[in-house]
Amino acid sequence: MSGEKILGVDQLTMRFGGIVAVHDLSFAAERRKITALIGPNGAGKTTVFNCITGFYRPTGGAIRLTHDDGKQIALERLNDFRIAKQAKVARTFQNIRLFPGMTALENLMVAQHNALMRASGFTFLGLIGVPTYRSAEVHAIELATEWLRRVNLLDRADDAAGNLAYGDQRRLEIARAMCTEPALLCLDEPAAGLNARESAALSELLLSIRDEKGTSILLIEHDMSVVMEISDHIVVMDHGVKIAEGSPREVRDDPKVIAAYLGTDEEEAMAVMESGS
Amino acid sequence: MPAKPTTGILSILKTAVVNALIALVLFSLMVGIRTEAGSDGQLTYWMRFGELASLVAVVFGGSIVIELLRQWIGPSGTEKLVPPAVQSGMAFVGRFLAPALLIFALLVPVIFYNQRYILDLAILVLTYVMLGWGLNVVVGLAGLLDLGYVAFYAVGAYSYALLATNFDWSFWICLPLAGILAALWGVMLGFPVLRLRGDYLAIVTLAFGEIIRLVIINWQELTGGPNGVPGIPRPTLFGIPLDNSDDGLAARLGIEYSPTHRIVFLFYLILALALLTNWVTIRLRRLPIGRAWEALREDEVACRALGINTTTTKLTAFATGAMFGGLAGAFFATRQGFISPESFTFQESALVLAIVVLGGMGSQLGVALAALTMIGGFELFRGLETYRMLVFGMAMVLIMIWRPRGLIGHRAPTVYLTKAKAISSDLVKEGHG
Repeated sequence: MSGEKILGVDQLTMRFGGIVAVHDLSFAAERRKITALIGPNGAGKTTVFNCITGFYRPTGGAIRLTHDDGKQIALERLNDFRIAKQAKVARTFQNIRLFPGMTALENLMVAQHNALMRASGFTFLGLIGVPTYRSAEVHAIELATEWLRRVNLLDRADDAAGNLAYGDQRRLEIARAMCTEPALLCLDEPAAGLNARESAALSELLLSIRDEKGTSILLIEHDMSVVMEISDHIVVMDHGVKIAEGSPREVRDDPKVIAAYLGTDEEEAMAVMESGS
Repeated sequence: MPAKPTTGILSILKTAVVNALIALVLFSLMVGIRTEAGSDGQLTYWMRFGELASLVAVVFGGSIVIELLRQWIGPSGTEKLVPPAVQSGMAFVGRFLAPALLIFALLVPVIFYNQRYILDLAILVLTYVMLGWGLNVVVGLAGLLDLGYVAFYAVGAYSYALLATNFDWSFWICLPLAGILAALWGVMLGFPVLRLRGDYLAIVTLAFGEIIRLVIINWQELTGGPNGVPGIPRPTLFGIPLDNSDDGLAARLGIEYSPTHRIVFLFYLILALALLTNWVTIRLRRLPIGRAWEALREDEVACRALGINTTTTKLTAFATGAMFGGLAGAFFATRQGFISPESFTFQESALVLAIVVLGGMGSQLGVALAALTMIGGFELFRGLETYRMLVFGMAMVLIMIWRPRGLIGHRAPTVYLTKAKAISSDLVKEGHG
């Protein structure tokens, strides 16, 4: 691996009672790159995600996030909302978690909560309507509008998020995560349930986030066409341990990966892997 | 309700017979057998076939009528009943309903100057409007089910009563203090219940309401226990008393004294307090904290993933709601002149919660309408005497069947790009605690 490291996972272990969901996992994600975490169902990918984003506290190991200014943050010691607030790690969920009764625009405004809270003098100044808060709100609406345009939802800005089509909801959730202006964006199966055209649009969106915004992305994905197309680096997990790592080409040809996905019948596995390329 | 609409006399009769059988089983023990203690204390009982038969017959007949009505109206779920002209008319009414209500409220003392009963009732309604708006912050916006809201009402009332009687402070100093103290108690309740959700939160808040009441009853040295606090000073118009004395308002203005002056003053006082509650809530909704409350109601996990501190967000919701409850309590104390723990039972909490739910959770106008319906309606049925509660309860059930998500069943967005579109209540979550 070359390049600057943004996320370093070192000997991460997560146990639930007697079950070891993740065992001694180490990998790194590079800055301004897309790192994919793949593996069969039950491999422990989402558990790793939940450890990184503070929803679980790992049983052992270290997770280090390095900001642009060189500041290192130990994610395993932060919990809950602080991961998003202080470490600037944003995430989406496998089963979409929008605020369905709020409009698309409101969803993106909620994402800018912490910045707006400071601007509103923790509500007190905002209550009496000071101009600095008003300009901050205008700025927040501009940022939200920009992201709505990027995810092609500008004309649905004032519609309830719960009324959007499934694919639109997926994109809105990514836009919402990006509105927190994260250093690392974690996506849990962003292409799940999308059709081929929507998947292609998603790939384009993620590449533009990487190239234009310079945001590092870590994603879990089952859709191999997306993974192989956009990933710079792939980590393969099975049964809680890392079984392979490398560029898309290296991983695709790795017999261990093929075995993990489809048992030992390599011919069939090859066929599936090829179809994704 | 059957999945597909069934027609024909046979199916109607079948439903009616089933309902009648259920009624027979239920009422055979409750009504059919009458038990009493005899002259020597032994049990005597006799059968009441006549009453039982008439009840079952009523259920049978009623079932047929309801089934016929149902078939006449059409299957549920269809909304073609309302023609577009009526809908646009209702939208028109809806837009002007709030300003019209406000103007009417401002004119109430002028119109009903000589009707003390109506003025008192209006003050009572406005007190509940204010309580409803206060609880709306906690239940409607933040989605935290609070069954002990009366505790803050009590804290506010006792804060005002004790400060005013012990230290002789003016109403205008004690009022904000009562609000602050209630908010403090809101935070104190908030801390232990932060981890609880849904039913568990409801139970703990319910217990909190009871604890406050029991403390008030038993801490006799401070609160006077069951005897209450008598002789609470009446509010003054910035130092000018509204009484019959020489330096009272009437004497200063050179007009004849009337006890109605004070009632009118109290009316405008509670109107101002309620409007303050409304104004603050509307502003808060458009601030990040208000959006965070609503986001918390929609999805707490997503809030955490966006870096929102759910702990402080919940606490501020509790504190804000409690503060308004405390202000309403202080008003209650000064209006009554006497308070005792009896005024702060669970029934009050339930009533305020019913107002919020009936109004449509989160809707300010809905809560005001619901308070008017609940408190006003309750008085309206006074002529029915014994059957008042029965009719009132049935009216509530009918309203909730007709509008399961409350009188105002949609949510207005807090910010928009091109056009504010009302959001159907089907999408809005109720919160899980």
